[in-house]
Amino acid sequence: MSDALIQAATLGRRAVVRTARQPANVIFPLIFPMLLLAVNAGGLRSATRLPGFPTDSFLAFALAIPFVQGALLATINANVEFARDIQTGFLNRLALTPVRGIVLLVGQLGGLITIAVAQAVFYLAVAVAFGVRLEAGVGGAAMILLLEVAIALGFAALGSWAALRTGSTEAVQGLFPVFFVFLFLSSMNMPRNLIQTDWFRWVATINPVSYLIEAVRSLVIEGWNWEALGLGFAAAGGLSLVGFALATHALWRRLERT
Amino acid sequence: MRDTVAVARGVSWRVLHAFFTNPAFLLPSLAFPLFFFTAFVGGLSRVSQIPGFDFPTGYTAFQFVFVLLQSAAFAGVFTGFGIARDFDSGFMRRLMLAAPKRSGILLGYAFSALIRWLTVAAVVTVVALLARMKIDGNGVDLFGLYTLALLLNLAGTLWATGVAMRLRTQQAAPVMQMPVFLLLFFAPVYVPLGLLQGWIHGVASVNPITPLLEAGRGFISGQPELALAAFAITVGLIAGFGLWAVRGLRSAEAAG
Repeated sequence: MSDALIQAATLGRRAVVRTARQPANVIFPLIFPMLLLAVNAGGLRSATRLPGFPTDSFLAFALAIPFVQGALLATINANVEFARDIQTGFLNRLALTPVRGIVLLVGQLGGLITIAVAQAVFYLAVAVAFGVRLEAGVGGAAMILLLEVAIALGFAALGSWAALRTGSTEAVQGLFPVFFVFLFLSSMNMPRNLIQTDWFRWVATINPVSYLIEAVRSLVIEGWNWEALGLGFAAAGGLSLVGFALATHALWRRLERT
Repeated sequence: MRDTVAVARGVSWRVLHAFFTNPAFLLPSLAFPLFFFTAFVGGLSRVSQIPGFDFPTGYTAFQFVFVLLQSAAFAGVFTGFGIARDFDSGFMRRLMLAAPKRSGILLGYAFSALIRWLTVAAVVTVVALLARMKIDGNGVDLFGLYTLALLLNLAGTLWATGVAMRLRTQQAAPVMQMPVFLLLFFAPVYVPLGLLQGWIHGVASVNPITPLLEAGRGFISGQPELALAAFAITVGLIAGFGLWAVRGLRSAEAAG
């Protein structure tokens, strides 16, 4: 058991260090979500004047978006590297060692979650510096980080599945727009009850990303809304379970081939 | 002149052949504008009910103009990505050796960017019409709108070409993309300029893209405004970025 932990920690550390050594992979996921937040918060500030809008600060309302977006970007970057490990034969060499397949996956996911949480701390710090006050208080900040772990795990597992299934960096990069479709077709810019277009409201309602955003958002603008949190964790847990099952299966298939 | 045209024809044929036959190039160019259009029109149409939102033609037309201009600028940027890719693969070096008139290279890329954008614009327009977009402008107004977008496409191409010619690597992609992205999104994207508040209002007021958006929205609503300023800005951008691209080409030539 302790051997497995050491192996997972080593592989996780490798994933973190490899990302940290590429400035573009560090800076872009930190800056780009903040830029989009600035654009949306500035451009849609007047939307808070709509009757029924839940807060008078669009910055607070939109703060949930970087957490989901950052998890997506971290997933893409880390899994591109994972796919590169497959392309370069690193995974094949690793398969010759005593490292168990499941440990390999856990290590990879652990490293990715570490990156996502570091990003989340940065987003929180920037938001607080710009005057956002979390309605759920300090405990809410801790809960946001916990949610970020769950969100990152969900996306990371799906990204790892794509990497293992295809073994192609291009294919993993191709996931970027797919994930972003889910983000943009969610309740990211407008509460679901205020979305006017029926089909869009329906898509946002069945889109799990809406619940991830609403869970984080509830801690920022409402306080402790257990229903929103429950739905958020359920959505993240569902994504994680599906992603992990798919990734595990893909890993077995890939190791079989080697 | 004949040499220039021959080089331009060869370059543009190659780029357009890759664009129309490789889904990896075609689909993102089509998908991104459609995706923004869908997300903005579908998700944000309630924004048109904000007190003071006075655009009579409707939110679909309001966002269509932004997406049209965005697709024009980004068709130019995507062409810049292709130039950078040609440098990375070594194709550009061979092309420069073979081309009797290297200015034809710029012309060829610019022409292919134009055709790329016209394809995207046609699809976006059809989708917008299917989404029951209202158009209050007449034929002349619409000609003005599409001409403005076409000129922005040329400006975007020349900007990205200048960057690609200087940096000569695909890693330059964010340098081409980010300034265009920021200029576009620091304009009145979601609501008219008058409804923007705080720092974004200050930035949008001096952003050269703002008059283009306002002129475009004026065209589609049949109430042209700032048209002269918008065309003057795009012509200025083309002149400036034209010089930037030509000097970039010289820089690439000097680098061997």
